[in-house]
Amino acid sequence: MNKTPVIHTENLVKKFGAFTANDKLSFDVFKGEIFGFLGANGAGKTTAIRILCGLSKPTSGIVNVAGFDIYKQTEKIKQNIGYMSQKFSLYEDLTIRENIRFFAGIYGLSSKTIKDRTNELLTKLEIMDLGDKLISSLPLGWKQKLAFSIAVFHRPQIVFLDEPTGGVDPITRRQFWDMIYEAAKDGITVFVTTHYMDEAEYCDRVSIMVDGRIEALDTPSGLKKTYEAENMDEVFLKLARASTTASD
Amino acid sequence: MDQYAVVAKDISKAYADVEALNDISLEVKKGELFGLIGPDGAGKTTLFRILTSLLLPDSGSGIVENFDVVSDFKKIRKIIGYMPGRFSLYQDLTVEENLNFYATIFGTSIQENYDLIQDIYVQIEPFKNRLAGKLSGGMKQKLALSCALIHKPDVLFLDEPTTGVDAVSRKEFWEMLKTLQQKRITILVSTPYMDEAGLCDRVALIQKGKILEIDKPQNITKQYSLPLFEVKTSRMYQLAGDLMEYASTQSAFRFGDSIHLSLKNEETSEKEIVDYLTGKGHGQIAIRKIEANIEDCFMWLMNR
Repeated sequence: MNKTPVIHTENLVKKFGAFTANDKLSFDVFKGEIFGFLGANGAGKTTAIRILCGLSKPTSGIVNVAGFDIYKQTEKIKQNIGYMSQKFSLYEDLTIRENIRFFAGIYGLSSKTIKDRTNELLTKLEIMDLGDKLISSLPLGWKQKLAFSIAVFHRPQIVFLDEPTGGVDPITRRQFWDMIYEAAKDGITVFVTTHYMDEAEYCDRVSIMVDGRIEALDTPSGLKKTYEAENMDEVFLKLARASTTASD
Repeated sequence: MDQYAVVAKDISKAYADVEALNDISLEVKKGELFGLIGPDGAGKTTLFRILTSLLLPDSGSGIVENFDVVSDFKKIRKIIGYMPGRFSLYQDLTVEENLNFYATIFGTSIQENYDLIQDIYVQIEPFKNRLAGKLSGGMKQKLALSCALIHKPDVLFLDEPTTGVDAVSRKEFWEMLKTLQQKRITILVSTPYMDEAGLCDRVALIQKGKILEIDKPQNITKQYSLPLFEVKTSRMYQLAGDLMEYASTQSAFRFGDSIHLSLKNEETSEKEIVDYLTGKGHGQIAIRKIEANIEDCFMWLMNR
């Protein structure tokens, strides 16, 4: 991992009326890093992710994603990132190949590139004979692995994963992380949220949001040392329990 | 029969060509906190919908408090509380209106059973005039639980109440369940989080429509018969792959900052493992024998 920032924020503030959802967030995410973005429900994670993906503008502050400015170059940002969440992954009533062609087409890849990479991908996932199956016929674990592969199909600089492993069985959950490691090794920066605290340990660095602020940011081992905790679960509980808005 | 609040016997259910439940049998004792533990697609929701009389089984039978889920469905609906996985209260009614609505349907009032929901409801009462649709996730969850409880049910069915909920809120939710259990309500709760199994009296591990095991969590973990080690080294990323290539390895799974290594037999010593890893270039090798947790067991049973 080198120290080139692919995400840079300085005093990022987002307000909804009188409510401050993101309060002066300043952090860098480096190329090829697996960055865990943690926080309690309602801490402001989704707001921040929407901004970083170019879907919403900050109220103030400097934000650069993949080398582009959040105020003027959101379309450029969208072309250079990938996104997947637990809630929305792929079109159920399209086949695997159709989903790939659809998403790759949106990112403007040529037919030839799409064809080559599709075969490459299906071979790698060992599902060459399943290409014409509807997504709805696949088990959840497979859908999530495929959704991840499609999110990085256009070789983005950064991929945002919003609770990608929620509800997935424990073996598939670990296979999913093998895929994340592999993407990071290929130089793709991974920005991931999760409620599984063991997965926080798999990240290179982890930030923890509390009440709209980044309360801690360090390597998992650094955080455990600072908060005198056995594991990330304890770190999280110590920080999030201190929250002033107990409503969520 | 009387000691059981819920009995499922040989229940099967298929949707088109997907077999959602395959011959499921389980018994939940009165007053028990019973967990149905398994990933998405295991059949948890289908089983809950059958036991709450909302869905007919293809075969098999279900009994709740001595009532049959098919022939006595009207009686069952009066004595159970059901919190579905998806938030299903009226978004355009306020917090208090929703609660009032559910109380009225069951012929009771908020006042009559207030003691039962008090601990939970006080946390959202300051927002009682807010529309349910405008609540945060954690508050919606508390309102849904209050509504499922307001008629003082004998049996409470909670379908994945903690999915997508952060670690702090999850702990708080389980504390609420423990309190409810003391008020003699039988609770069936489903969850994809393996670590929540330890909070239940008994659990059923379920995967692809089949029950892998039913027992007290501590009895399930005792059954894990393979030698199991926790391994940490200076090169964690390579460790999983290197351990998988080791001849005696049965499985090697990441668990937070360590790897859980299970061996095929008792013959291999810790020293042999350390020597093997040293040969592969690992330093700072820490290895210790451990007891299996529920997640270890689940993966072991999945592969068996």
